[in-house]
Amino acid sequence: MYVAVKGGEVAIDNAHQALAEARRGNTAVPDLTVAQIREQMGLAVARVMAEGSLYDPDLAALAIKQAWGDLPEAIFLVRAYRTTLPRLAVSEPVDTARMLVRRRVSATFKDLPGGQVLGPTFDYTHRLIDFALAAEGGPPPPRAPEADRPLDPAMPRIADILGAEGLIEEETPGQGETGGGANAVPDLTRQPLTYPAGRAVRLQALARGDEGFLLSLAYSTQRGHGNSHPFVGEIRMGEVAVEIVPEDLGFPVIIGDVTVTECQMVNQFAGSKTVPAQFTRGYGLTLGYNERKAMAMSLVDRALRHGELGQEAPAQDEEFVLSHADVVEASGFVQHLKLPHYVDFQAELDLVRRLRRATAEDEGNAVRASEAPT
Amino acid sequence: MIPTDDTADTGAAPESGYTFGYLDEQTKRMIRRAILKAVAVPGYQVPFAGREMPLPYGWGTGGIQVTASIIGPDDVLKVIDQGADDTTNAVSIRRFFRRVTGVATTERTAEATLIQTRHRVPETPLGPGQILVYQVPIPEPLRMMEPRETETRRMHALADYGVMHVTLYEDIAQHGRIATAYNYPVTANGRYVMSPSPIPKFDNPKMHDAPFLQLFGAGREKRIYAVPPHTSVVSLDFEDHPFQVQSWERICDLCGADDSYLDEVIADDEGSRLFVCSDSDHCAGRRAAGYRGPRADSQAGVALTDAMAAVKREHERDRPAPPSSEEMGP
Amino acid sequence: MTALCAARLDAGAAGDDIPLLRADGVTKWYGARLGCAGVTFDLYPGEVLGVVGESGSGKSTLLGVLSGRMPPDAGGVHYRMGGGADLTDIHALPEGRRRLLMRTDWGVVHQNPRDGLRMGVSAGANIGERPMAVGARHYGTLRGQAGDWLSRVEIDADRIDDRPSGFSGGMQQRLQIARVLVNGPRLVFMDEPTGGLDVSVQARLLDLLRDLVARLGLAAVIVTHDLAVARLLAHRLMVMKDGRAVEQGLTDQVLDDPRHPYTQLLVSSVLQA
Repeated sequence: MYVAVKGGEVAIDNAHQALAEARRGNTAVPDLTVAQIREQMGLAVARVMAEGSLYDPDLAALAIKQAWGDLPEAIFLVRAYRTTLPRLAVSEPVDTARMLVRRRVSATFKDLPGGQVLGPTFDYTHRLIDFALAAEGGPPPPRAPEADRPLDPAMPRIADILGAEGLIEEETPGQGETGGGANAVPDLTRQPLTYPAGRAVRLQALARGDEGFLLSLAYSTQRGHGNSHPFVGEIRMGEVAVEIVPEDLGFPVIIGDVTVTECQMVNQFAGSKTVPAQFTRGYGLTLGYNERKAMAMSLVDRALRHGELGQEAPAQDEEFVLSHADVVEASGFVQHLKLPHYVDFQAELDLVRRLRRATAEDEGNAVRASEAPT
Repeated sequence: MIPTDDTADTGAAPESGYTFGYLDEQTKRMIRRAILKAVAVPGYQVPFAGREMPLPYGWGTGGIQVTASIIGPDDVLKVIDQGADDTTNAVSIRRFFRRVTGVATTERTAEATLIQTRHRVPETPLGPGQILVYQVPIPEPLRMMEPRETETRRMHALADYGVMHVTLYEDIAQHGRIATAYNYPVTANGRYVMSPSPIPKFDNPKMHDAPFLQLFGAGREKRIYAVPPHTSVVSLDFEDHPFQVQSWERICDLCGADDSYLDEVIADDEGSRLFVCSDSDHCAGRRAAGYRGPRADSQAGVALTDAMAAVKREHERDRPAPPSSEEMGP
Repeated sequence: MTALCAARLDAGAAGDDIPLLRADGVTKWYGARLGCAGVTFDLYPGEVLGVVGESGSGKSTLLGVLSGRMPPDAGGVHYRMGGGADLTDIHALPEGRRRLLMRTDWGVVHQNPRDGLRMGVSAGANIGERPMAVGARHYGTLRGQAGDWLSRVEIDADRIDDRPSGFSGGMQQRLQIARVLVNGPRLVFMDEPTGGLDVSVQARLLDLLRDLVARLGLAAVIVTHDLAVARLLAHRLMVMKDGRAVEQGLTDQVLDDPRHPYTQLLVSSVLQA
């Protein structure tokens, strides 16, 4: 039997068609609409937006559909599309203190101004498969009850409350990030990652980083590989306004709202005889509702801050963490091993054969010491 | 609006919805600046803000970005992977550029103005007008000895390269010879130790004092480096264990070439093997000129030749009628 | 007076009266904590200076600053580069020149051989690294040199292709010494070179070191908490306490007739033990 070794354009086309067919599945089952994915697979959409670093629920939903449900592949599609977009403006920093909150919890205070707002969460569900969901076409779930009173419009961030008392370190801009204006903040998507990265770039890299990777690293810090003794100061999720300052106007205008999840992790205090004790912060922020990711990010951020003083645990090693956190890079490079390596393998094959021959000759020479080589 | 996956190649103009070369003009300028710096300092890895491309990291995104930022409408592009124009990844990248630039493509090394390659330098010598763009997975030659970029950058800055010879020494001590067969480190312009990308060391001598421009793009690692024309590229070695390239005791089974890099092809399920040129254009050109290898007429040899010819016909069909000079084959 | 010391005095008589290394008020702080302060001395070619004191006395900090690995906060370290008579501030050198100095004229022997060896490559490659770093490109020569040095540090030449991870602690330390001495440094810094070794292994290593230092005419700064090590190897002693040098002098003189109360305490505690 002849073994096919060469791929051609027709073969590639056929593979693409096979993919399209497999992705669609049984055509007797109705085609998923992008709107269905956007509305009913919202957390998948949120993850694709966060790691794709592009806020567009429709596009993310379409990418999920095109990617056959594979989220890293959908993230990749969104990233590649992002490359084709010009950067028209740099927004003002979003103000999460003015968030339209849908969820807000703190593990450090039982009650606090604005209260605890549980919002949509899996936290207290029993993870029992709900077979009722399998019955399609049923009535939609009843609307969740409204609160007796509207949410407190003033919902200060826990970190700000602690900060007012000087109990937590101030967030200070890193080196090169002062000087005012949004342009002072480096943009990881427009300039290469170099080390040491600085906190602004680091937070950007973490915000785009692979949720699974960051989750495992965060977990490792809780198991003694870089102890940080964290408390969830506050998690909040909701909508924030994005503002830009058009040059010809000179004042900010709102161009839209985005959903974000923010986590402020309050960590072990630092201090000495001369410096009063203070809690330290770890910060996580993601596009969309990605609570697990925001929490993991805040733990890893804090771990990396410790790393500034000397690396100990993997999660404290900036180069290790940031160089390997991107799912598009990691997935690509791991999977590139399936590309042809005939030439390199041939070189190795040839070398191994030569080495084996040399060994055999040495043994042969030892046996036939008197014979002249031919 | 997302460009649709329209399979019709016009071949003459970039598909609507894309910028010429996919990248926006600002990005191209940024990459060109990195290339200029790289050319000015041969072998030095210039960081650049690599973008996500629609092909995965590891598939040649660095080379693609370099090509995309220097390609012009009059260029004639050739893309090879493992030396061959007909490997799937080469086909896919060539098709990508046809789609987003509309430039002419070719399999003939001599006709190309721009050649993007993974893992080989073509057998046909390149001339002054040509540019060779290498796809690079790991641009840092010191990486396996020192994983930390903060340290490797310092080692490059100080030309602190002793560790490279430590590994070569260790090869000889353990194996009796330098056991690096590909991605064999070189010194560019007498200064920077450089990865030649994972080409077999057979190709290293072609880089030295070459009349053509060599550009290296590493997309995931976001580095560009270069070897300008007529620059020394010296493979690391010892005086008493000089650098040597692979040589074969056999010749190409299809075209009889005795000076090309040979791929081993397992020809049937009995495990019988053919040795054929890895450079498909070189092999096809020789066969068209009437050269015959020892097993060109064997069943396996004929089957392989037919498969290659079929792939080539697909390529010809997939683009506008080529000038008659491109006609090839008996 | 030891025989070594006599040899050094002979060298001095030959007219080599320009110091090789000069420490001038070397001071180092770690934030608010003092590492060492105001340390001043001259070291002449072929001379061995022992720095003794208990842990935390600042002797390792001093060694770090002297050997160029740590910048001082005040004072300076000056070295006679090449064959000239001028003293150069080594901390003012560009890092590239300082690195070159460290792998040619200088050597550092670490207390833990793992800090000074490449554990993943063979003994031969370890010895060859410094010559290769400065351009040696003949495998046969490198190999001959490695074999020669293995025998000089009493390691069986058969072990040339073995990795040091399989060596005993004493062998690792001797390999580290060979790795440092192979390209003929003029000045070697040693941090507790016999620390962490068994007493019998220590004795053998000390003999070897004394012999090598004398034969090669090396200058050395040896940090140790062990007065016996200092007595055996050093021509001169500097006693450190709380970051400061409290007493300096010829080894026999300091040990037999200590002036400073702390030195007296140090010497008497050894005698009692």
